[in-house]
Amino acid sequence: MTTLPQTTQKKLGLAIDLDICVGCHACVINCKEWNTSNYGAPLSDQDAYGANPVGTFLNRIHTFEVKAEDKPAQTVHFPKSCLHCEDAPCVTVCPTGASYKRVEDGIVLVNESDCIGCGLCAWACPYGARELDAKEGVMKKCTLCVDRIYNENLPEEDREPACVRTCPANARHFGDFADPDSNVSVMSRERGAVPLFDEQGTKPVNRYLPPRPKADIQTDGDINILAPFLDTTPSPQKGLLGWLDKALEAI
Amino acid sequence: MHPAPSVIVFTALSGLGFGLLAFLGLGIPDVSGITAFIFFLIAYALAVGGLLASTFHLGNPQRALKAFSQWRTSWLSREGVFAVLALCVTGIYAAALIFLDMRLPVVGMIGAALSMISVFCTSMIYGQLKTVPRWNQPMTPALFMLYTLAGGALLAGQVKLAALFMLILAGAQLLHWMIGDNRLAIAGGTIGAATGLGHLGKVRLLESPHSGENYLLKEMAHEVGRKHAHKLRIIALLFACLIPALLLLLTTPGHTTAALAVVLHLVGLFAGRWLFFAEAEHVVALYYDKHRA
Repeated sequence: MTTLPQTTQKKLGLAIDLDICVGCHACVINCKEWNTSNYGAPLSDQDAYGANPVGTFLNRIHTFEVKAEDKPAQTVHFPKSCLHCEDAPCVTVCPTGASYKRVEDGIVLVNESDCIGCGLCAWACPYGARELDAKEGVMKKCTLCVDRIYNENLPEEDREPACVRTCPANARHFGDFADPDSNVSVMSRERGAVPLFDEQGTKPVNRYLPPRPKADIQTDGDINILAPFLDTTPSPQKGLLGWLDKALEAI
Repeated sequence: MHPAPSVIVFTALSGLGFGLLAFLGLGIPDVSGITAFIFFLIAYALAVGGLLASTFHLGNPQRALKAFSQWRTSWLSREGVFAVLALCVTGIYAAALIFLDMRLPVVGMIGAALSMISVFCTSMIYGQLKTVPRWNQPMTPALFMLYTLAGGALLAGQVKLAALFMLILAGAQLLHWMIGDNRLAIAGGTIGAATGLGHLGKVRLLESPHSGENYLLKEMAHEVGRKHAHKLRIIALLFACLIPALLLLLTTPGHTTAALAVVLHLVGLFAGRWLFFAEAEHVVALYYDKHRA
């Protein structure tokens, strides 16, 4: 059913810390690995080893530069995947009922055996969270690793989305936004996270924790913060190498 | 948006076909027998041909029947339902007219209304999308309906009416462009708003998430040169509306002028419809630092 639930019991989602993400793309790769070998059609690649490779991914990292006037530019790595919106436009536009939002936990999913691959849901999403798989002809999107988070065959510490589990910087957090005391709710509140691209009115569940304010570095004058690392005068060697060094110099 | 030939052909031809069906349902022109058969044949060829073209861009067309199920929320589903209803009801009207020489005016009127509703649903598939601000305006359904009325009147041989609708269409098309050109800015379509980083400073894309193409870029990040678009706008306006309208008003009606007007209108219609897609900016392209004002 493409009618959105009035409310969901849980609001499972991600809190992504833009201050911490280093843009290593580990979450992209682990997402692709898990989701290509588990629930649903594999995430196909075309011309994977050729000159013009393309493929389906459920998670992609953009890297932005933000430059305030008279301040040094700041790099922000920006992971982007489905935000499991409360008012998900991708669900209501679906003509077949393949797209739906779960009442129990708010996860937005695609029933691939009902999907005709018309692509309208991808058009309706402002975040680019849905990609039509070129081989299977069905819409692929983040499932919040629904086949991990409830999977009792996995050790308990692995029952979280693959992207969260793999993040080496701990920039990604998984939890229930309906619970005001959950990890993700608390950190979103403390860091003043706002809904992404609110102008679109989608009421996303996921939250992005904004970059923390940077300490001001005085750049007037001739301060070169890299200078100490660029001093390449070799320190005198001792022992055999030192002798060899001297001997070679003497020749 | 990517101007896919299948959607351009679908919206243009099915719009024309349903326009002609609407007029035939109202008994305009008053035909019967073999003449009625030819008129309905043209209308069905256009409407059904267009609808079939729309299935070419589906990933799994064998499941297309499921698309009739979600009419409660989905304009695409409604479009399918109303298109089939319109074809069935006008089919009854046509069969009675052609084979029994019997006129069923109420059935015809219902068929005409269903045909127009079907086109309205098509227009709302695009008009509903907040993500494409240029489409997300009231002139989108008005534009589609007027193209249908003008083309339908033309194919139905209604010289004066077709010219009148074409002149109104010219105004509507201009208005759609004028409003559309500002829609992205009004909808807050900047990279700063899309990323939520705008309050920190000027945002630009430093590194794309992927080195090559992807589905999103192919489908939604089409950019058309401004000069190119300007020329095509003039072509669309002249060929779809102004030249055929003048031709119909200033010459003596006949099959030759009518055929010429139809050909000109088709050229303008396809140019306009290509622009409708090619010029439409999708907000997801903002994350790729496209559509800079």
